[in-house]
Amino acid sequence: MTIATFPPEPKPEQGWGRYFGFCTDAKVIGIQYIVTAFFFFLIGGLLAMVIRGELITPQSDLVDRAVYNGIYTMHGTIMLFLFTFPVLNGLNNLLIPTMIGAPDMAFPRLNAVAFWLVPIFGFLLIASFFVPGGPAYSGWWSYPPVSIQNPAGNLINGQGMWITAVALSGVSSIMGAINFVTTILRMRAPGMTFFRMPVFCWTALAAQSLQLIGLPALTGGAIMLLMDLTFGTSFYRAEGGGDPVLYQHFFWFYSHPAVYVIILPVFGIFSELFPVYSRKPLFGYVYVALASFIIVGLGLIVWVHHMFPSGVAQWMRNLFMVTTMLIAVPTGVKVFAWLGTLWGGKLRLTTPMLFCLGGLFNFVFAGITGIMLATVPVDIHVSNTYFVVGHFHYVIYGAAVMGIFAAIYHWFPKFIGRMPYEGLGKLHFLLTFIGANLNFLPMHPLGLMGMPRRVSSYDPEFTFWNVVASLGAFLLGVSIIPFLLNMLSAWIRGPKATHNPWNAIGLEWLLPSPPPEDNFGEDVPTVISRPYGYGLGKPLVEHQDEIERKLELQEASA
Amino acid sequence: MTSSSTRSINATAVAGLSLWVGVMVFISHWMGEQAHRWLPVQASTAAPLVDDLFSFETAIGTFVFLGVVSVMVWVMLFNRAEKYDDTDAFPIEGNTRLEVIWTAIPFVLVMGIAFWTIRASEQLGTLGPMEHIHLRNSVEEVGGYPGDRLPAEQVEVIARQWSWEFRYPGSNVSSTELHLAVNEPVTFRLVSEDVLHGFYIPAFRVKQDVIPGRAIDFNVTPTREGVYRLRDSQFSGTWFAANQSDVVVESAEEHQAWLEQAARSPLQPGLSLAISEYATRQARSNPGWATVPPAHPPQVNVPGSPSQPHQA
Repeated sequence: MTIATFPPEPKPEQGWGRYFGFCTDAKVIGIQYIVTAFFFFLIGGLLAMVIRGELITPQSDLVDRAVYNGIYTMHGTIMLFLFTFPVLNGLNNLLIPTMIGAPDMAFPRLNAVAFWLVPIFGFLLIASFFVPGGPAYSGWWSYPPVSIQNPAGNLINGQGMWITAVALSGVSSIMGAINFVTTILRMRAPGMTFFRMPVFCWTALAAQSLQLIGLPALTGGAIMLLMDLTFGTSFYRAEGGGDPVLYQHFFWFYSHPAVYVIILPVFGIFSELFPVYSRKPLFGYVYVALASFIIVGLGLIVWVHHMFPSGVAQWMRNLFMVTTMLIAVPTGVKVFAWLGTLWGGKLRLTTPMLFCLGGLFNFVFAGITGIMLATVPVDIHVSNTYFVVGHFHYVIYGAAVMGIFAAIYHWFPKFIGRMPYEGLGKLHFLLTFIGANLNFLPMHPLGLMGMPRRVSSYDPEFTFWNVVASLGAFLLGVSIIPFLLNMLSAWIRGPKATHNPWNAIGLEWLLPSPPPEDNFGEDVPTVISRPYGYGLGKPLVEHQDEIERKLELQEASA
Repeated sequence: MTSSSTRSINATAVAGLSLWVGVMVFISHWMGEQAHRWLPVQASTAAPLVDDLFSFETAIGTFVFLGVVSVMVWVMLFNRAEKYDDTDAFPIEGNTRLEVIWTAIPFVLVMGIAFWTIRASEQLGTLGPMEHIHLRNSVEEVGGYPGDRLPAEQVEVIARQWSWEFRYPGSNVSSTELHLAVNEPVTFRLVSEDVLHGFYIPAFRVKQDVIPGRAIDFNVTPTREGVYRLRDSQFSGTWFAANQSDVVVESAEEHQAWLEQAARSPLQPGLSLAISEYATRQARSNPGWATVPPAHPPQVNVPGSPSQPHQA
């Protein structure tokens, strides 16, 4: 393994200032990503509160229908492109270099540029609320022809800004993906073969490869959409010889794999945390690591399952149903491996562990409704209804966001150097778990009854479950308060963290908390065994005792 | 521990596990039965096929979910670390036989479900083959329907922002309320004049996008008299939610009488909630964010009643 050499960087400034500037330290960029993502999470959440406020009664009475459509569109867009992807890239930035023992990312400047695109396109997207005519209102899919109707008739319009922002988000994600893939492939510590690499890095590698394959399709599709909207071309215009369904292929060719880009790193988080808090090795490490790449392969050939009612031939429906169902197999392997890890362990129900267990519970539920959605006749009935909305909120909020919270509580001491508070953390977990289930479970009966998604008003027979869902949503809105309180107060005055407060195994836990700017610097330890050696008594790296003694001495003298 | 006591513990474990699996099977079966109650009334030949598949999946899904959650609850109750115990648990790194089993069983299970589904789809396929004809080079452009494809009744469905229009070319009738004869196969020809729409009748369990530039043929056989909702299921703009219509399924005689009565009625504007809401909105000093104006309501013989009760 060759170790890359780096041109000398100017000494970065220390303290708070560095978080607001162009900094090339992956650990600073990681925190920049996460804090920015949560800023947009609050905006997206506020929009969700308006949506559920409107839907608590059957009539369209809280906001105008045009406003409702703009708000649900922006809720989805902000939550995916400005919260979920950035927060995961934040974790990638913090964890990948420290877990593989690299001093930084492979391309630190590109990394910083990728981050700074996020506030830029975020500003563009939020600014679209204030242009004449209002923001985009055609849903986060932006299917033409609705998305190219341009009712305001202006050259600068909400939909055009939306497409530009999404394209910029794609550019940022491609930059990030090149960086993560290169870093994982080229900059691992001596002795860290692929099968000694933590599963989080495996899943990040899998997810970021998906980004590289899928994003060009979306970006190309979006550019054609922008040209149809702005310059009157006819890629998707039926009256000009175009085909509106073509866009759906471009869109889903990327946007279905995008779900795996989101959930794979969360599988990585589960695979890291279950061993720590069960005090057992990850069950079937090699198979769990490889399953990520089976999911990547299959994930690229399932996109048409979003289009079963769009008018596709029966043979295509059957083919894409079978590929979709097959994904259940590698995913099942992971779920069973986590159960095998928990079985017979010595469980500690800390905040991160509770979020993992809650996330696993929700994920299994989402997996089952996912199989239902894969089967064509059932999908024909429930596609584009609240059943689908319930399903993907279980995946994204129930599993992915809970996994992200678990990761934040788990690695907060490492990168901030202070401990978050357990009481507030558990309260946060309880409110999140109850709120999410109360919010998203009622969406399934609504969809089965035939309530379409994206409606600003509905027939009175749907009232009961909508009221329950709205109350759950408001609880979920409240649940963020203990989280923010916890993060802020722990950051400012939390107890100092030791280098390894959870007694976890991994290169990142052999660094001081917080790690120095160049992580291990010149003294990168040599990895000699697989990760997750709980109970095996084998050290992870050469001279592990010395490294740990040094860290303890440092902590004692501080 | 002596070997006899190990055996008795194993026997207890096997008995307990079997009992619990039995309970899970019972609950799963019960959930499968319940699943029918979560769906609207069955009003077409497609509905029982869809519902039986959903019920089967609910039963299987319940079993899997209960199985996973049982393990999670068990370890949270019985595999907790003692207070102040920070030692590691007994390390088990994997078990190849188990891993093969939990790959093979889900594989067989999902392929079984896929097989069932493809068979159900084939049966449904006889009910609703979908044919895509590009309007530009097809016969409909000049107005006729090819005789060999003419079913008992042919209804042309025109979706607009935001109204549904139903034309009965055989009877020279148009309407904004869909009337169908029970137990008679009907072919819809779906066209859109503006954007994507979704032709969705939950009680029939059918849904098909209506795509500008295409005419899509779509067959259904209603099986139950009553009034049901037709909803737009593909987001179509500002008044998407209001783009609904009623579907009246009636006996063959009533249907014939309705057609004859309708043919004699003069043309009048059809139902469109969007038109009235748009007028109110534009009357405000600041109408708000931009919207596409609604299309003119179609001129029809029968607008239908906006307030009659529907069953699903």
